[in-house]
Amino acid sequence: MAILALEDLRVEYRTARGTSAAVDGVTLEVREGEVLGLVGESGCGKTTLGRAIIRVLPRNARIAGGRIVFDGVDLAALPEAEMNRYRWRSIAMVPQAAMDSLDPVYRLGDQFNEVLMVTGALSRTDARRRSLDLCDLVGLDRRRLGSYPHELSGGMKQRAAIALALALRPRLLLADEPVTALDVVVQHRILKRLRALAAELSLSVILVTHDISVVAQTCDRMAVMYAGKIAEAGPTPDVFARPRHPYTMGLENSFPNLLRPQETLIPIEGVPPDLLHPPPGCRFAPRCPFAIDRCLGESPALRELEPGRWAACHRAEEAGALRIQSQEAERWRVPVP
Amino acid sequence: MRSGSVGALPRPGQTWAGWRRAAGTLWGVLQHDRFAFAGIVIYALFVLIALSAPLLTPYDPQQTIISGDQLMANRPPSRAYPLGTTNVGRDIFAQLVYGARPALAVGFVAAFFVALIGTSIGIVAGYYGGWLDAVLMRLADVAFGIPYLPFVIVLVAFLGPSLWNIVLTMALLLWKDTARVVRAQVLTLRERGFVEAARVLGSSPRRLMLVHLAPNVLPIALLYGSLAVGWAILTEASVSFLGFGDPARISWGYMLQDAYISQALSGGAYNWFIPPGVCIMLVVMAGYFISRGYEELLFPRLRRR
Amino acid sequence: MARPGSVTQAPAEASVANGPLVAAEAVQKYFPLRRGLFARAAPGEYLRGVDGVSFALPRGSSLGIAGESGCGKTTLARLLLRLITPTAGRILFDGVDLSALDGPALLAFRRRAQLMVQNPYEAINPRFTMEQALAEPLVIHGIGTREDRLDRVIAALAQVNLRPADAFLDKYPHQLSGGQLQRVGLARALMVDPIFLVADEPVSMLDVSVRAGVLNLMKAIARARHLTTVYISHDLSLVRYVCETTMIMYLGTVAEIGPTDAVLASPKHPYTQLLLAAAPVPDPGRPLPEITAPEQVPTPIGPGIGCPFQDRCPQVMPVCRTVPPPLVVVGPKQQAACHLYGPH
Repeated sequence: MAILALEDLRVEYRTARGTSAAVDGVTLEVREGEVLGLVGESGCGKTTLGRAIIRVLPRNARIAGGRIVFDGVDLAALPEAEMNRYRWRSIAMVPQAAMDSLDPVYRLGDQFNEVLMVTGALSRTDARRRSLDLCDLVGLDRRRLGSYPHELSGGMKQRAAIALALALRPRLLLADEPVTALDVVVQHRILKRLRALAAELSLSVILVTHDISVVAQTCDRMAVMYAGKIAEAGPTPDVFARPRHPYTMGLENSFPNLLRPQETLIPIEGVPPDLLHPPPGCRFAPRCPFAIDRCLGESPALRELEPGRWAACHRAEEAGALRIQSQEAERWRVPVP
Repeated sequence: MRSGSVGALPRPGQTWAGWRRAAGTLWGVLQHDRFAFAGIVIYALFVLIALSAPLLTPYDPQQTIISGDQLMANRPPSRAYPLGTTNVGRDIFAQLVYGARPALAVGFVAAFFVALIGTSIGIVAGYYGGWLDAVLMRLADVAFGIPYLPFVIVLVAFLGPSLWNIVLTMALLLWKDTARVVRAQVLTLRERGFVEAARVLGSSPRRLMLVHLAPNVLPIALLYGSLAVGWAILTEASVSFLGFGDPARISWGYMLQDAYISQALSGGAYNWFIPPGVCIMLVVMAGYFISRGYEELLFPRLRRR
Repeated sequence: MARPGSVTQAPAEASVANGPLVAAEAVQKYFPLRRGLFARAAPGEYLRGVDGVSFALPRGSSLGIAGESGCGKTTLARLLLRLITPTAGRILFDGVDLSALDGPALLAFRRRAQLMVQNPYEAINPRFTMEQALAEPLVIHGIGTREDRLDRVIAALAQVNLRPADAFLDKYPHQLSGGQLQRVGLARALMVDPIFLVADEPVSMLDVSVRAGVLNLMKAIARARHLTTVYISHDLSLVRYVCETTMIMYLGTVAEIGPTDAVLASPKHPYTQLLLAAAPVPDPGRPLPEITAPEQVPTPIGPGIGCPFQDRCPQVMPVCRTVPPPLVVVGPKQQAACHLYGPH
């Protein structure tokens, strides 16, 4: 049961040097109660995608095409006033560096109240009660409601940010790099809590991150983004065990695994394309060890290879053989222009 | 070149690298911002006027003009005297044009020293910290506490009312703002990776300050420097207006004082006191416009997209 | 056999192992917390940045220092490079106490010990071209002539796989990617032919697919030049990939130290066990384990009593509250500072 469906979404940035499509034709769906991981490296468009869904794009960005269907309504086409009714009530966001976005001059409790009473139109008593519930929900000590942000540790601040996002019981939560700046033990705790919350509240979560180990241990399904497009999507165990897109294979090769230290890490040479002038064919082709002529001229469409399993690669059918070849380091020495 | 000595001066290629690039960026900004560009144009105009003063008017600003047997006093603007004459027969236009010289001289020289002293102190205080920082900043506090104009007047009265004494006193007091701000900037810069890397590479403190810190604080130093130009010109005008200026030079401030004493306002001699006032305003404004350009360089968010 | 306190010895010849290259002896670095300009820090108001660390680093080995934020690893790195000096204890480099170095001797040390900074985007002066940035160490130490330097710069760029080297000479930092900048940072550190390299979180700010390249490069270069290296990292998987020896730090102390495989495959100290349990692994088959230890890391202010880990340790004993645990041998070349293995 899809709670959110992105259909061919396109988001453009206007810069002094031209227009670039940070998100270029993304089709994706999020089911009720699931944690979807959106994985990609810097510049792939994952943060832009998250902000487009909740429509808090910067002034020089705009949704240039496609639909964002939430509960049957196309959010991309809504006027601002109506979209505001969805924000925080139905869809909420924990932005990147959320712990730095807490207002430093107000106590935590006051910031909770502001959201609950102003946006949520709760009475003060109800707001206070809900604040306490929220603290328990995210594992934050109730007494911290009387603290200022600078008195809290990174982990506490992040939990507070998550609690604020959940204040009005949204159905969908966008978490952008929610644990990146935190120590590993705190990170572990918060991820576990996030997973539990998804189940308890039948909350859907889109977890945006560059860290595939976070996705591995937290997300039911995952989507890999590259240069503004979805490269691959599917259930997490399957994407990890049987990747269909060379980029995913490269990512796994280059990611150190604490439990398998003897493997040599293989980097992906080169850099992502300049989105102001994207290459005509597949965007990963210049760095792909398996690129054929077709890849350079024709951009591959995102296809459903099996039910629930998507990939945008002309050679996706040969993925089995390619996977074996991708383990060889020499294949990845692609000359970069 | 003494090899291996810790105190070796930075080699020309290395030092000027940072400075050249800094200069390039700064010039680029000035070209981009319309106001900053206007400011440069105004400066250039007045510099031109100051330099070509003898070509623009046949008269000497101090010269009392006698035509035939008559003293040309209080003449209204005419072809012979574009802005008329003062009550003792001196050509106002000549005074205006020659008045640009002390104004610009004071403005630029004072601003240069203010920027130099302020930046140097700011960098040293920010880099070394500790007691040196404390001492220098307490000195700045003292400078903050001294009332500006009275101090200038007192010192000028003491040292003699020459133009360069005015410049000196300004330099003694005006460096504090620049120093404070540069110091704050240096405190941030000090923590940056490349500064730490330079220390580990073996860079001497002098090299660090000159090659790494100074070019990166240049924008803010110039911001305050260009503001200082305005302040300096206003100070000179104020000091001259109050009668403590250099009597050997006709400056715009002197013109204002002269007009005031001769009751030009009640006499309706607008041609006398308005032009110098406007000139002061234009040059000071130009300084602020230019500083706007640097502000945008420092805080890119201000730039219009 | 007298050891020549050889600070001025040419770096390339320092290969005869005659004791460890770097040795830390009960190093302490305390930071006083001042309450005002003239108010002295009250006795007991100081931050224990590094609190009694001892280790010895054999020549040519690689040590990974890992721990959570605030454990003192960055402070230790700065001590090893003599950017700051210890409050107590000493650090010996090739047998010479670092704190005793000054003037020309200090400059000579700076030729032998180098640093790779964490943030590639701030590692190079934004106003320098790559050529200028790489030539700077040569200029500072008076190495080579003008023409000579250009050759060395080009050779350095080639060594870190930035090809064609000429193309990079005139580039400014903002024109390069993070991975490229970090390679330049490495090249710069190598310009003076050091024998000791400290890398402070060298890849934490790089994209994942780029990290592998930089790490492989560092490993290869360290091996080829017989460099003694120290890697600071919070990421255990990185330490496991690169380092022979691992040292786990907690609140300024050494919790465990030993060969990497031993420490990370059979950790003895409860803190190491906690870190390993919490460390994320890119394997969907491994679910998030349960961790009962409280997550709050206390701030080490004032004198410490007993084991620093006592408040979070699932196996805490009464002795842990009063007696700080000494480092004891828990395996071949492996030591842990824990009373579970001590004489108590």
